[in-house]
Amino acid sequence: MKEKKSIFSFLMDNRHRSRTISYTMVAVAYIALEILLKSGNLSSLFTGLLVPATCYLVAAIGLNLNVGVSGELNLGQAGFMAVGAFSGVCVSGLLKASVPAVPRLILAIIVGMLLTAFVGFLIGIPVLKLQGDYLAIVTLAFGQIVMNLIMNLYVAFDSAGLHVAFVENNFELQPGGKYLINGPMGATGTERIANFTAGTILVVFALVVVYNLIYSRNGRAIMAARDNRIAAESIGINIAKTKMMAFVVSAALAGAAGALYGLNYSTMVASKFDYNTSILILVYVVLGGLGNINGTLISTVVLFLLPQLLRGLQDYRMLIYAVILIVIMLVTNNEFLKTKASAFRRKKKA
Amino acid sequence: MKKFWKTTLAVAMTACMAMSLAACGSGSSGSSSSAPAAEAESGAADGAIKIGGSGPLTGPAAVYGNAVKTAAEMAVEEINAKDGVQFSLQFEDDKHDAEEAATAYGTLKDGGMQISLATVTSAPGAAVSPLYQEDQTFAITPSGSSPSVIYTDGEGMTGAYGNVFQMCFSDPNQGSGSATYIAAHPDLGSKIAVIYKNDDPYSKGIFDTFKAQAATEGLEIVYEGTFKGEESDFNVQLGDAQAAGADLLFLPIYYTPASQILTQADKMGYKPTVFGVDGMDGILGVEGFDTALAEGVYLLTPFVANAEDEQTKTFVENYKARANGEIPNQFAADAYDCVYALAQACEAAGITADMSNADICAAMVEQFTSMTFNGLTGSDMTWNENGEVTKAPKAMIIENGEYVPAAE
Repeated sequence: MKEKKSIFSFLMDNRHRSRTISYTMVAVAYIALEILLKSGNLSSLFTGLLVPATCYLVAAIGLNLNVGVSGELNLGQAGFMAVGAFSGVCVSGLLKASVPAVPRLILAIIVGMLLTAFVGFLIGIPVLKLQGDYLAIVTLAFGQIVMNLIMNLYVAFDSAGLHVAFVENNFELQPGGKYLINGPMGATGTERIANFTAGTILVVFALVVVYNLIYSRNGRAIMAARDNRIAAESIGINIAKTKMMAFVVSAALAGAAGALYGLNYSTMVASKFDYNTSILILVYVVLGGLGNINGTLISTVVLFLLPQLLRGLQDYRMLIYAVILIVIMLVTNNEFLKTKASAFRRKKKA
Repeated sequence: MKKFWKTTLAVAMTACMAMSLAACGSGSSGSSSSAPAAEAESGAADGAIKIGGSGPLTGPAAVYGNAVKTAAEMAVEEINAKDGVQFSLQFEDDKHDAEEAATAYGTLKDGGMQISLATVTSAPGAAVSPLYQEDQTFAITPSGSSPSVIYTDGEGMTGAYGNVFQMCFSDPNQGSGSATYIAAHPDLGSKIAVIYKNDDPYSKGIFDTFKAQAATEGLEIVYEGTFKGEESDFNVQLGDAQAAGADLLFLPIYYTPASQILTQADKMGYKPTVFGVDGMDGILGVEGFDTALAEGVYLLTPFVANAEDEQTKTFVENYKARANGEIPNQFAADAYDCVYALAQACEAAGITADMSNADICAAMVEQFTSMTFNGLTGSDMTWNENGEVTKAPKAMIIENGEYVPAAE
């Protein structure tokens, strides 16, 4: 009995409470949905929403590390998703004949993640020299640039090998050749190999990475750099290195999310990953609470499902969705309600 | 405490604003689109075959989705007013987005969809076609013109889904059709300049096949200009086209940028012959556009709203009554034809609402590949087993503010 209690208090102490709650939520949600799915009780609408929901979760968890924990406003998360998505689709397309679906999915996600991490590193070098608004503007531009680059990219393969062209697709394909990325038409004819289990594993992976980073020496350094740059530098923290770490991990998670997303649809156009998508993910993070991973999980799921649940309202659904967003913003920032909530919490503890 | 009331006030104001906006919407276009939907759904509950469909009802492409929705509702009501096959329609918003279209597909499936109008636009269509194939639900898209809507390999045009059909011309047909027409009429011009939107699959698709066909026909393309997004300044492209000595301007784009190109070309004193495709349809209705500039513009289109035949006249009249006097575009006409083609096939195959989707699908594929259909967008239409429609594109020329059939 005594031992059990100590495990419980270990899981719920300040260091672990947050992650215990996260993992429990994910596990409960997965088991419940999987039971519904296997017994055929989940509607087609929700079945179709499972994988994209996990993609946005992973991207939002990553962005929270960057915006919430590291304190850098990043408006280019969709750009990183695009890099992951299109590289993942290419890998899957190339290996279609030789590798079965599951290892191909894993490989595509890993390649998407590594490539995006590398791109994130390259972008991070100039970007992290900037602060605040300037950083936001540069990441915003980065997202748009990536989208436009992919729109002009042609990748195809046939018996003669891989062809890559930019702006003009100046290659003639052999019979049986196939476009992986066809400029503005995006990736078409992708085999859909993503599934909910893979998505959930990716969410858990993202949680493990982010929590272990936050509660490590490096995580404390990242937060110290966020709270007071000069004080952090004075005690010997390498600001550039810590910020870069958060930025690259955030980008890598977005890349993995993108790869999963790309492999869930048979067609995908680059314009999907414009600044609207970046802002959407940022909204998930901000409304869930900066630096609060559990808040991100809940707000992403709720805000992602909301427009679909409002379908019954027909023409007014996007209008009502916008109103709900505004109301949440106002209510969660209300001093009166905040004091009430913290008083309630104190009473409960006592 | 003061802050609390401030917030409450703000929330209340937001709600008021939303409600008044919503009321505005229902006063004008809202009533014409949302109320009949409920009617169509409830009015034919017993024995009605459920038709689903999705399109952009919100966002920048909403014009097309709403046109299709209005025309489809109209056709369903007309069909239900007669004896015989009865339909009910459920039409969902997909915001011209692949992800939303897949979600809309789930909603339609939950709603018990038996036959579908697929999607209005191409990119979302390509995303849901495999889903229709998986579930063996018959679908015919009114206006998803890209080959990737009906083929698993869109570029190679191989691996047809087999149960997804098209009512509109496919993009390649329009491109090669235009090149063939221009080659057959050398009086239009000999030096061709093209301005196309290279981030739009529709425009790019037509241009690619136009270029290929132009090469085989021996046409000379002297200039290729591109633009992206919502650009509105075309002076650079027009200047280059003029400098290259082009006397024929091919515009495989939608009418909004086309109207700007015509206006700016006129200001420059550049007067080439202009040739457009079906996206040019609607140019006479652009607000603030001097329609005199569109005189002599050629376009390939399957539907002309001011045609003299009885069928088109009734359609245009009824559509205008529904959509606040808006003149139907070819998207509306294609959707109207889709529903009537479905009705014809259902009658012929004896489809009833209690049949399974797979049975309906098999019967519909058989009907569509064997029947001929006469509609607003063409007569004697036939479909091949890949789902492609065969109908003659009509070349039109704008004279005195009206479409007139051009020389064959």
